[in-house]
Amino acid sequence: MLELLKLLMRNTLRHKLRSVLTVFGVGVAVMAFALLRTVVTAWYAGVEASAANRLITRHAVSFVFPLPLAYRDRIAQVPGVSKVTYALWFSGVYIDKNQFFARLAVDSETFFDVYPEFLIDKEQFETFKRERNAAIIGVEIAKRYNLKIGDIMLLEGDVYPGQWQFVVRGIYQPRDQTTDPATMMFHYKYVDERVRQEAPDRAGQIGWYIVRITNPDDAAAVSEAIDKLFENSRAETKTETERAFQQNFLSAASAVITAMNIMSFVIIGIILLVLGNTMIMSARERTHEYAVLKALGFSGAKLFSLIAGESLILSVFGSAVGLLVTFPAVEGFQKALPKGWFPVFYIKPQTILFAVISGLLVGLAASLIPVRRVVATRIVEGLRHVG
Amino acid sequence: MRVPVKYILRSSSSRRLTTIFTMLGIALVVFVFTAVLMMAHGVQQTLRSTGSDDNVTVVRKAAMSEIMSIIDREAAGIVTNMPEVARSGDGRPLSSKEVVVIINLGKLGAAGISNVTVRGIEEAAFQLRPKVRIVQGRMFEWGAREIIVGAGITKRFVGAQLGEKIKFGGDLWSVVGIFDSEGSGFDSEIWGDIHQISDAFKRSSFSTVTFRLKNPEDMTELVSAFETDNRLQYFVPKREKKFFEEQSEMMAKFIRILGVFITIIFSAGATIGAMITMYGSVANRTVEIGTLRALGFYRRSILLAFLAESLVLSLAGGLVGLALASVLQFFTISTLNFGSFSELAFSFALSPSIIAGALGFALLMGLLGGFLPAVRAARLNIIQALRAV
Repeated sequence: MLELLKLLMRNTLRHKLRSVLTVFGVGVAVMAFALLRTVVTAWYAGVEASAANRLITRHAVSFVFPLPLAYRDRIAQVPGVSKVTYALWFSGVYIDKNQFFARLAVDSETFFDVYPEFLIDKEQFETFKRERNAAIIGVEIAKRYNLKIGDIMLLEGDVYPGQWQFVVRGIYQPRDQTTDPATMMFHYKYVDERVRQEAPDRAGQIGWYIVRITNPDDAAAVSEAIDKLFENSRAETKTETERAFQQNFLSAASAVITAMNIMSFVIIGIILLVLGNTMIMSARERTHEYAVLKALGFSGAKLFSLIAGESLILSVFGSAVGLLVTFPAVEGFQKALPKGWFPVFYIKPQTILFAVISGLLVGLAASLIPVRRVVATRIVEGLRHVG
Repeated sequence: MRVPVKYILRSSSSRRLTTIFTMLGIALVVFVFTAVLMMAHGVQQTLRSTGSDDNVTVVRKAAMSEIMSIIDREAAGIVTNMPEVARSGDGRPLSSKEVVVIINLGKLGAAGISNVTVRGIEEAAFQLRPKVRIVQGRMFEWGAREIIVGAGITKRFVGAQLGEKIKFGGDLWSVVGIFDSEGSGFDSEIWGDIHQISDAFKRSSFSTVTFRLKNPEDMTELVSAFETDNRLQYFVPKREKKFFEEQSEMMAKFIRILGVFITIIFSAGATIGAMITMYGSVANRTVEIGTLRALGFYRRSILLAFLAESLVLSLAGGLVGLALASVLQFFTISTLNFGSFSELAFSFALSPSIIAGALGFALLMGLLGGFLPAVRAARLNIIQALRAV
């Protein structure tokens, strides 16, 4: 065994330049693979972050249509519902149109009870509740625009026209890696008061309800009960689990995600080509040598372990190099994107595991052609071979 | 003395498997590179062809898309009566006040739903957008709960076929016609009577007003007319073409950034692949190179020969990749456009600059991958090379 390892290392180091190049080639491809998988993960962040005990009730036609605030109490009476809160997509422009983060008008009394993953200091929260135009922002927003408690944020409204001024009164920390660290939240009451004056026919409307249920297993029954309440009314509702709600967003963008999935497999193909090429070249050069080994009585299995072993060594080193550079590459990619495109962007442990496994499999696969050739070559032909 | 071209070609075919592997590697990279650019180009082309340069769309300031824009009836009336608006033979303004909303429809043959744009139009909409033609069925009846569906939507959504009914806004709407707009973004929309649509969604205001400019050069005057009129201070006129093009920016930008990042990384891999092959090729032919040098070939001829071999290899790979990518033109895909927040169908589109870029890119990979090995070949010492086994 030790002898075999020694021989493998020697063989690998015979063409130092070629081995180094191959390791880099594999490394580059592994990095591209991990980067693409990470981008796909980022798309799914919303699904990952969804809690099993939360339902979303939205307008049946589309979530861009508002629901009356009056539905709230009726939803709260449905058996199995433990808490109801609501939010409104405020949209608006902060600084310019290229600053992406969610701006929500929320019910400040209940919203943070239903979303415990937004961790906020108790004192900050109390001052937030007392001030009409106060806002709570994610730590990521604070970092991006260098904002502190007490700073003023000016939004130019689009859905709700006009100039809107908010004071930062709280900065929340995300509890989980999948929690969006860049959301801005402020009082629904403040928005509604102004809308009541400027556009009375749009007052008293919210975007969607978030319903916390006591038992996640009742999700289907509770959803049905809620939708039944508003059947044949002016605004019919559609209630589904938070996860299903998020997945619908993704199914709309599925073409892009599919394209990225396909690309990540094309990359594995490229690793295979680079590594396979190296192994074929090495085996060809050593045709003579392998014939000698065969003449000495080496079995097909032994020869296989020689070639596959060398291929595995290259792919393992390549994967290691690739994973090392993945971290700076992912960071660079996020910097290249417009700020806030992906609020949640991190390398999942599964991605790394998957990259390593595919690196190993490719290492084995790349040795198949040369092994077949070596085994098929007759000893006499091999000995006669001139490189 | 130059090394014959035949020698170069023959030597790359002497080790077929290695050559094919290297070529395929480059082909894959070029394929991905081209496909990504074609996708970004396709999105842009679709939205660019949606608008016309002679038309002006008025939206609320800061509104990034039509669904976010609100124009009250009074302002809309002022706009359509402006002197810059072209008029038809009977003196009516060539303008369409429109309501744009989004509805959810289930996808055909797949799980999930997506956002589809519904546009309530006035009669002049068809004069403003002459590309739009009814290709199946008939035009909807004004004053009836009837709709016509874009060619891109009818293929992909439940209930969007001729003779079917779609439920939204508390009513069932009959699909009475299918329209086609030569691959523009309107193909991904549903159209109906403005009065019916705004009644169903209880809208008392419009989303946008689009009109034909009497004189296409009048844009600057129009902008200043908007700026000086107090009643119009919340609104801004934009050329329709530019307005739709802006909606493609975000999507195209994302695709490009991702594409460029991926291809740079990929190309590093493929260049390394080409380098390995060319180094191998040099090592294998040490004796040959020695012989060539002994016969009187110059170092630079050897350098050029190996470089040419690498370029031939990469060009072949580039052509294969490009050929594969050009097949994509026959596919139409659809995705959520973040600019308008609704479904947009588009095709991969090839352009001369993408072709040139892809081939140039392939050659660059060949040049980079082949240069160092070619230098090594050229610097071989004659005596030692001839002695090599």
